[in-house]
Formats: sequence, structure tokens, C-alpha cells
Amino acid sequence: MTDSLSIYVQRLGDNALVLGQRMVELVTREPELEEELANANFALDYIGQARMFYQYAAELDGEGNDEDFYAYRRDAQAFMNYLLLEQPNGHFGDAIVRQYLFEVFYLMQLEGLAACNDQRLAEIAARAEKEIRYHLRHSRSWMLRLGDGTEESHQKMQRALEQAWRYCGEFFYSDAADRGVCKTLGLDLPEDLQSRWNEEVNELLSEATLERPGTPWIREGGRHGKHSEHLGYLVAELQHLQRSYPDASW
Amino acid sequence: MYTQGLDQKGQANVSEIESPEQLAAFQARIDAEEKIEAKDWMPAAYRRTLIRQISQHAHSEIIGMQPEGNWLTRAPSLQRKAILLAKVQDEAGHGLYLYSAAETLGVSRDEMVQGLLDGKAKYSSIFNYPTLNWADIGAIGWLVDGAAIMNQIPLCRCSYGPYARAMIRVCKEESFHQRQGFDIMHKLCNGTDDQKAMAQDALNRWWWPSLMMFGPGDADSKHSAQSMAWKIKRFSNDELRQKFVDVTVPQAEFLGLRVPDDALVLDEESGHYRFGEIDWQEFHDVLAGNGPCNAQRMERRRSAHDDNAWVRDAARAYADKQSAKAVA
Repeated sequence: MTDSLSIYVQRLGDNALVLGQRMVELVTREPELEEELANANFALDYIGQARMFYQYAAELDGEGNDEDFYAYRRDAQAFMNYLLLEQPNGHFGDAIVRQYLFEVFYLMQLEGLAACNDQRLAEIAARAEKEIRYHLRHSRSWMLRLGDGTEESHQKMQRALEQAWRYCGEFFYSDAADRGVCKTLGLDLPEDLQSRWNEEVNELLSEATLERPGTPWIREGGRHGKHSEHLGYLVAELQHLQRSYPDASW
Repeated sequence: MYTQGLDQKGQANVSEIESPEQLAAFQARIDAEEKIEAKDWMPAAYRRTLIRQISQHAHSEIIGMQPEGNWLTRAPSLQRKAILLAKVQDEAGHGLYLYSAAETLGVSRDEMVQGLLDGKAKYSSIFNYPTLNWADIGAIGWLVDGAAIMNQIPLCRCSYGPYARAMIRVCKEESFHQRQGFDIMHKLCNGTDDQKAMAQDALNRWWWPSLMMFGPGDADSKHSAQSMAWKIKRFSNDELRQKFVDVTVPQAEFLGLRVPDDALVLDEESGHYRFGEIDWQEFHDVLAGNGPCNAQRMERRRSAHDDNAWVRDAARAYADKQSAKAVA
């Protein structure tokens, strides 16, 4: 159980870190000053969540690792984040679509975790849940503005949605580790969240005048270390100093 | 930061409607340490000086996000990454409320931003230098924010109320920034030989540009006398620069770093450090747009603005549709 739980918690940490790192790349590139504040603030939430999940993973592993071990000393293939989150930023609308599609799922996941019977994980999730609820208000409002804004923004958003869509299948796929953890902690399986996710996303897309893409879903990949080519560069940049000066502390 | 007094043009042309009695009454309020508020009468030149200074200060905060942002993806630990991200976010926040403070003087944020994008408005020269290793992030906090604090603490008592109040909050955050910078340097200076070398390299490159942050020497500072009389400014550029050197040199010694100035010596009698001649040609070159990163900084700012025009257009179109619906 500890092994499965550690994998489960590391996956949560990897999702938060990889998305947080992509958002960090957007600093100084936002369309308005208010969006600079929002993006940096949300990225900070994700880095904070990654730290909490990794600290817990380190406790579970009991091998004397710290949070930075998981972020800085593993190769890209050891990361278990969703493929969607490692995709390059693209334009502002691409980043909003990625954020929105993931966070609708992530909020449901956190709601479950906040009520689960692992106290440590429940505490972390309760804190993260508040943050993500707030992020979603932001990404939802931009989905509407850009989807139902100008002809140009509408087309850009429809295209962004089609690009991102293929990666959403991964949210609803469970493996043995998931099933073990979900059973022990009293959580819904990821596939059980799919109909609620569909409901929320369909409703928003319709309000935003966007069409739900018919693109097929990639069922799995990132969670088992089968990443896109993009993650290697993200990890190389992230880990540059720790890898170049392995004896140093910072 | 970042109140260098950068524009040397656009001197006051006193309007005819400003009678000597009005000007005298205004000066009497200043002399009595009263705060001037947005709706109060003020001389046109006072207003212009403040708009120029506050908007330059705001632009500096925004451009200043770039050199530090350059190390966000490569910060060497998650904790350092979180701290640096919070700091860069603070700078965006400072920009936002400084623009708001300037708006109380009757200029819009859009106008100010356009001035920056058009290359008409200035920002602090310091941000036109590159961040080349992680220690630069420490050096910026320690030296650049340290110099900024020297400049800004007196601004908390500036005669213009909205600016003074904004500066109180900015200073609190800058003081945290300065400490985090020193903490990075301290860690590096107590680390491996490679880390110590990074720290020394960063000090070598940031020391002189930091001294330039206080602006031209008093003899060449055209705005100073009037700004002092209006109590926008409380200390001269040279006084603040000296104070910075006196505080910072012992800190460098504590860190075990060498300040890159062969002429630096403690004058026992006065208790002040005497330092070498600043390369004013370099200062003027950087201000004129010919520093190492001027073009790069402006290009980033312009592309963030231009590439996202469609986003702002969409937001406006959506808002128009919503208000049309509300009316219908």
C-alpha cells in the first residue's frame, strides 16, 4: 500500500510541478498587468502544492529524500504527470484551455481527497482545493471571454481546444496503483469522475460558443513515464543547477 | 527602486494662471509638512514631475521582472523558486499600485504604458544588465533592492500623499526582497568554491551599476533642487549613494567578497568609505538605450503587448456583448 500511495502522491506532485513550471515560463509575457499577477500567483500555488505532495512522498518512501529529490534528481521518464500539462505554452488561449480542462478534473480529485481517510493527504488536498476553486473562476471567465469574444479569438480557442483535447483521456484512466489507493482511501476511481467532468465542460463550452471536439483521446502515457518530446527540455532546464553542481546546497 | 531622475528634458513652463500667491500658499503647505492630495491645487510643474517620477518607477518595476524572471525556471530548489516567484509577483503588484498612484494625477495607465512601449518613457538603468548566473539573483536582491530601499524610505515622507502611502507598502516588501537576496549570497559564500566564485562574479558585475542607480552626481542633477524644495526628494543623489556604500561594504566583508574598486578606502575621520570614480559614460550609454539588454527588455515588453492584442480585443468585445444583453 505504501508503494502505491507514494506513486499516487508523486503523480499529484508531478502534475503540480510540471504545470507550475510551464506557468513560470509565462511570467512577463501576459496580456495585462492583472494577468501577470494572476499567473504568478497561480504558479506559486502549484509550486507550493508540489512541495507538499513531495514532502509527503518523501515521508512515505522513508529513504531520507527531501522534496527537491523528486523535482531535481529524477530523469524525465521518472516523472508521472499528465501529458497535457507538459505541452508547450503556445498563446494565452492555449494556456487557458490547458488550465481549464485540467482544473475541472483536478478540483473533483481534490474534493475527494480532502474527505479521504488519509489525514495527511486530506489536509494537503483541503488547502489545494481552495486554491484551485479560485483558479477555475479565472480560467472559466477567460474561456467565456475568448470563446465568445471576437471571431479571431473564437477560432484561436476552438483550435486550442482541439489541440488539448486528445490529452484529456488520461485523467480518467486508472491503473493498479490508482485502484489500490482509491479503495483504501475511500475515493472514487478516476473513471467515475468522467461524467461530472463532461457535464461541466459541455455546459461551459456551450456558453462559450465553442464546439466539443471529436478528437479521440490518448488513454495513457505520462503517468507511466511515456512522455512527449517536450518534457525532456522542461526537466533539463528545471534541474540545470542541481545537476551541474551535485555537491552544492542552495 | 527606481527614481533616478532620468529625463533631463521638459523643464517646467509655468502657466500664467499660477499666481505668485497660489505658488506661495502651496509652498507654505509643503513647508508645514502637509500632504498634498489628488484633488488639491498644485503647480503644473509639480504634477508633471510626479507623473514622470512615479510612472518611471512603475515602468522600472515591470521591466525589473525580466532579469529575475530569467532564473525562475532554473531556480536551484523548490523553496528558492517559490520565493523568487513571490518576489517577481510583488514587483508586478508594485507596478500596479504605482500606476494607480500616478493616475490620481490625471494620466491614464494606458498612456503611461504607451509611453514606455514607444520608447519615450524611461525606466531604471539597472535592469538593462543581464543575469548570467544564479548569484545574480542574490546580488539583485542584496544590492539593487538595497539601493532601492535607500531611495524609497525617504519617499514614504514624500509631499504627495498617494505616492507616499504607496511607498510605505512597497518599502515593506522591498525590505523582504533585500533580505532574501542577502540570504542567497550568504548561502553561496558558505558553499563550494564554485558557488563562491559565482557570488564574486555577480558582485563584480552588479556593484558599479548599483551605484549608478542613485542617478547623476549632485552637480549634474538638474531636477534635484526643485524636487527637494517640493519635498518630493529628501536627500541628494550623492548623499544616498554614500549611505549605500557605507552600509554595503561591511556586508561584502562579512560575506568574504571583494568589492571591485581599488580606490575604496575607509576614511577614519569621517567614518565614510571613499570610493572610485563612476563611469558616467556607461551610465549615459545605458540610459540612451545602448546598454547590454535595453533592446531585449523592450522587445519582450512590446511582444507581450502586441502578441496579446487579440486577447484584450476579445475581452472588450465580450464585455460589450454582455452589456448589450443586460440592456436588452
